[in-house]
Amino acid sequence: MKTFSYEKAKTPAEAAAAAARIKGARFIAGGTNLLDLMKLEIETPAHLIDVNGLALDKIEALPEGGVRVGALVRNTDLAADERVRREYPLLSRALLAGASGQLRNKATTAGNLLQRTRCAYFYDPNMPCNKRVPGSGCSAIGGISRQHAVIGSSDACIATHPSDMAVALRALDATVETVNGKGAARKIPIANFHRLPGDSPHIETNLQPGELITAVTLPKPVGGNQLYYKVRDRASYAFALVSVALIQQKDGSGRVALGGIAHKPWRVESAERALPSGAKATADALLAGAKPTRDNEFKVKLVERTLAAVLAHAKELRA
Amino acid sequence: MVGWLGTWSIIRPMEACKALGAKRALPLPVSAQDSGISAPVITKVTFEVNGKPQTLELDTRTTLLDALRDHLHLTGTKKGCDHGQCGACTVIADGRRINSCLTLAVMHDGGKVTTIEGLGTPDKLHPMQAAFVRHDGYQCGYCTPGQICSAVALLQEIKAGVPSHVSADLLAPPAVTNAELRERMSGNICRCGAYSNIAEAIAEVAGSSA
Repeated sequence: MKTFSYEKAKTPAEAAAAAARIKGARFIAGGTNLLDLMKLEIETPAHLIDVNGLALDKIEALPEGGVRVGALVRNTDLAADERVRREYPLLSRALLAGASGQLRNKATTAGNLLQRTRCAYFYDPNMPCNKRVPGSGCSAIGGISRQHAVIGSSDACIATHPSDMAVALRALDATVETVNGKGAARKIPIANFHRLPGDSPHIETNLQPGELITAVTLPKPVGGNQLYYKVRDRASYAFALVSVALIQQKDGSGRVALGGIAHKPWRVESAERALPSGAKATADALLAGAKPTRDNEFKVKLVERTLAAVLAHAKELRA
Repeated sequence: MVGWLGTWSIIRPMEACKALGAKRALPLPVSAQDSGISAPVITKVTFEVNGKPQTLELDTRTTLLDALRDHLHLTGTKKGCDHGQCGACTVIADGRRINSCLTLAVMHDGGKVTTIEGLGTPDKLHPMQAAFVRHDGYQCGYCTPGQICSAVALLQEIKAGVPSHVSADLLAPPAVTNAELRERMSGNICRCGAYSNIAEAIAEVAGSSA
């Protein structure tokens, strides 16, 4: 690990100002992904700003009926929150499908959104990777790509976003709240938060340098049956090959977002019109233009079948 | 293994690349690209470990795991993968189980940490330790301190009503079933495969027949 200096920030504005001022500074909260990458010298911050002391660990009801989740709320606490379990069960389910008990106790809401891909080539400093060393090439293209993206990828990168939580937040139309180094706050709809790789896969979100996430807000509950199905190589503690987040109302209308198949949580609002027609029509619309590799072609079928299973479950719950 | 990678870990890109006959210009390892070596930054950390106040002068890079093992000589906590995938380093920090390899000691300044040494002693075993012995919940024993810290903390999590991936009803208090214990212990890997005995030991302590 490279050496770094360390400070504990007192306020969000102070943390963002320090990040904007100090070259090579990074925020650290749970640290479960950042420290792992620092050990491998894939991340080499010169300065760490510990944000754990900021009072951003509350889950509050909003006057208009939604919920504000502080950036530092741990994954365990968010999944276990009584209001979240009752009104946003999709979010609880997605969180509980990810990582392990130990990691969920540390990992934060903001950190979960900002976690980096688990592409094995990104993690191997001996291999070219446009995300790690821009312009060096992509080893996954033509390499082993079973886990990789089937849609929204580019000639520069076919990595996936690893988060389950973010897939649920996309279906729930969450908003990310931030503050920048000048103390200015802004709100970013989750749909515009993560980026597709394009020709700059090293830029993963639309956050500006030094911009700090302070909270994630959820609009007022939409009800319906909320289900999160995750298909993976072992029953627990593994990343998704494919995941499906479904919110379906009594009349069959609803929302669907997919994980494990793209550089960001994958949702195509127009495809949701096909939900009452069933899994095939919806999957076809969601994955129109998909470009799977030889290794991950199976994911296209797996999306349809997982969606079929989720829709069957939702139908059972409606009966 | 990289990150808490799960099954991705079976992919070894270098070997795979050779196997495919791929020829690429390999970039230098990141560490070799960088000639500037900065001096370590030393910082004071004060925390309570197993009920005893401790003050250490540590390189900021020191993980909680290395602080416990190398500086406080509490070697009961084990280093397995050092990347948060195996759970051998599990300790209880401020009442919650965490991977001590994926957190910096300096981030625990002012905090409280309980390791396996703080749960019981050879003369006075913690009930979970005694149950592991009774049920033969280990073979080589390397993962056991982490398993036991994890098991003690997870029963608290169930008591506090934290649901799991296998909880059928998110609004009902979670039950101590075999499926629940297995899911909740999935962050602790036992390469000897003592899982069924581990689950029995935990169930016994929980007072259930799971």
